[in-house]
Amino acid sequence: MLLTRMTRATVVMAGTAAMVALAACGGGGGGGGEPGAQDMDPETCGPAGDLTVLTWRTDLVEDGTFDAYVADFKEAYPEIGDVDIQGITDYEGEVKTRMSTDDYGDVLAIPGSVSPDQLSQFFEPLGELSEMQTQYRWVEPESFEGLSYGIPVVGNVMGAVYNVEVFESAGVTDFATTPEEFLTDLEAVKAANPGIAPLYTNYKDGWPLTAWQSYVGGVSGDPEFTNGMTTDEAPWSGGSDMEVIDGLLYDVVAQGLTEADPTTTNWEQSKQMLATGQIGVMMLGSWAIPQMQDAAEAAGESRDIIGYMPFPVQTDGTFHAVAGGDYNLAINVHSSNKCAARAWIDWFNHESGFSESQIGLSPLVDGPVPESLQAFIEDVELVEMAAAPEGQESLFSDIDTESGILTTSPDYRMKIVDDARSGARTKQQVFDDLNAAWGEAVQAVSAG
Amino acid sequence: MVPYLFVLAPIALLVTFTYVPVANMFAYSVTDWDGLDRVKNFVGLANYVDVFTEPDNLRVFVVSLYYLGASFVQMALALYFATVLSFRVRLKNLWKGILFFPYLINGVAIGLIFLNFIRPGGGLDSALLAVGLESVIRQWTGDPEVINYTLAAVSVWRYMGLNFVMFLGAIASVPGEIYEAAELDGANRWHQFRHLILPSIKPIVGLSFILAISGSLSVFEVPYIMTNGGNGSETFVIRTIKMAFENNKVGLASAMAVVLLAIVLVVTCVQRRLVPEEKVDLT
Repeated sequence: MLLTRMTRATVVMAGTAAMVALAACGGGGGGGGEPGAQDMDPETCGPAGDLTVLTWRTDLVEDGTFDAYVADFKEAYPEIGDVDIQGITDYEGEVKTRMSTDDYGDVLAIPGSVSPDQLSQFFEPLGELSEMQTQYRWVEPESFEGLSYGIPVVGNVMGAVYNVEVFESAGVTDFATTPEEFLTDLEAVKAANPGIAPLYTNYKDGWPLTAWQSYVGGVSGDPEFTNGMTTDEAPWSGGSDMEVIDGLLYDVVAQGLTEADPTTTNWEQSKQMLATGQIGVMMLGSWAIPQMQDAAEAAGESRDIIGYMPFPVQTDGTFHAVAGGDYNLAINVHSSNKCAARAWIDWFNHESGFSESQIGLSPLVDGPVPESLQAFIEDVELVEMAAAPEGQESLFSDIDTESGILTTSPDYRMKIVDDARSGARTKQQVFDDLNAAWGEAVQAVSAG
Repeated sequence: MVPYLFVLAPIALLVTFTYVPVANMFAYSVTDWDGLDRVKNFVGLANYVDVFTEPDNLRVFVVSLYYLGASFVQMALALYFATVLSFRVRLKNLWKGILFFPYLINGVAIGLIFLNFIRPGGGLDSALLAVGLESVIRQWTGDPEVINYTLAAVSVWRYMGLNFVMFLGAIASVPGEIYEAAELDGANRWHQFRHLILPSIKPIVGLSFILAISGSLSVFEVPYIMTNGGNGSETFVIRTIKMAFENNKVGLASAMAVVLLAIVLVVTCVQRRLVPEEKVDLT
């Protein structure tokens, strides 16, 4: 805030500078390679020359994991020159800005904000979708009009990481099969361990709350649930996935089973708190398991203290868990070395051993399941969300944006937490408001 | 010819890095651009309508009121300290240094410092416990009723020093003999403040009042770092950034930035009108 011309100028800068930075990078375009102009089969095109790879895993760049990958890759393809691995901390934001130029590396992961109909503007098609599906899983989300543009590096399943000892100390030994039972379990955890947060939302950092959206489909086990939402004018009703998920979030917060002051949560600290039993459970995808195990080891605990449970709902007597791809690797449509880029992607998925090292599912159809997930996978039925029908690839995100709800944004669930704490809106009012906004958007978008 | 060549370099820089981007921002504000697509559709003034009609966008103006209120508290404090320290006080320069110091700290550091200070069981709660005021303790950022007061108070702490120095400078321009004359006439400290100091620094006080308006709309660093705009503490600039980079509504965010720019320009104009650059006559 306040008062002087100097401060005012500085703060206005903060607001506009971000916009200006974006604006300054506008334009560009043209140049570079054309789609389909280069041979991309690593068997025949002879990968050679320099390669630039953008990655969001800065931790693996810093600890030298990527150096080892590069060395192995060069061994497989001796003609390859320099491989420049660029780790980017704010991956989504920075890559999006760079994509308004032609210079965004040869190989990169497709940022979440790229909608399917935009894929062909930025990325090289990797092949026919139907053909890719015989070899890879979870390629539909990053495909458009029958062409596939990206291959996931690892698959995640959606459950919740929990501290085994904390739950056992409360006498909870079986996974909850209903949200109500889950709440009772958390009450027991709270009673047995006063002062801990039975469930930790990571509200302050925001993005961990977006994980809740990934349980959609895992409640009903319906792979078409998201597609169905595009015609449903009241998706938060009738025990639907959205109602169950947001209802659980509301209840768990309203009943005081989360951290006392969500505005002071801390992601880095939360890992250690889970490992040392100050947190019972966190709702995060399987990608979080290795990080939590590392934290447990650093805190002097056993790695086995970290367990993974399914979302507390059973349909037809079984748990369901959504499995889906993490970031998808793709090739810059403007790349001048698409042959080497394709060689990197194929090598990374088949030879690098990345997915296993991350305790994730392999993107290969016949890939191995890592040991830590084996027990979990046996307990649940995996659900792969279906792709949108052809011609409607962007329909969901259009409605989502139009409604102003933005199911993928942290704000949407932060608001639910706010209401649950303050009681400003009851659970039903929250659902009513969401249904109203969504219903209006469905009509607006279908009307064109 | 030669002078023009020298002028050319700064002009080129200014145009490239200021005017072109700002012009682009205006252009984006009438499109539905998502920050990525190669195609930008023209939507007219729809984004501007959204800025002033969507309830979530209007909420941020309410949040500004907390900071506007706080800026008055801040000015009153600054004026008080400036007046006290303009008289003969022991360790004057030390006090000045202490009061001005917060302004020298980086906003990010202040956010982090206060984050630890006000978290449950942190420094503030311990201090209150130590003096037996545990009934006052609450969740300083967790309670939606309290959060904006907390954040506004941090802003006051941070910027009060700057106001203080401005007022102190203005007060120093009052000639010393006038105080002596006033004392001979039997004026006490309050009289001196009311009839000598306040009239002579009126322009600078007026200026501060007006800038408080645009300042309270542009609040950013402290709430962004401390709460990320959560729990009802979202300010205009935080929302602009979220719209652009999280919600992919670059068009709407550009419109918001243009609105902020317009408000700042209007306020500057009003300030020029209301506070003419004239000399103050004390006789």
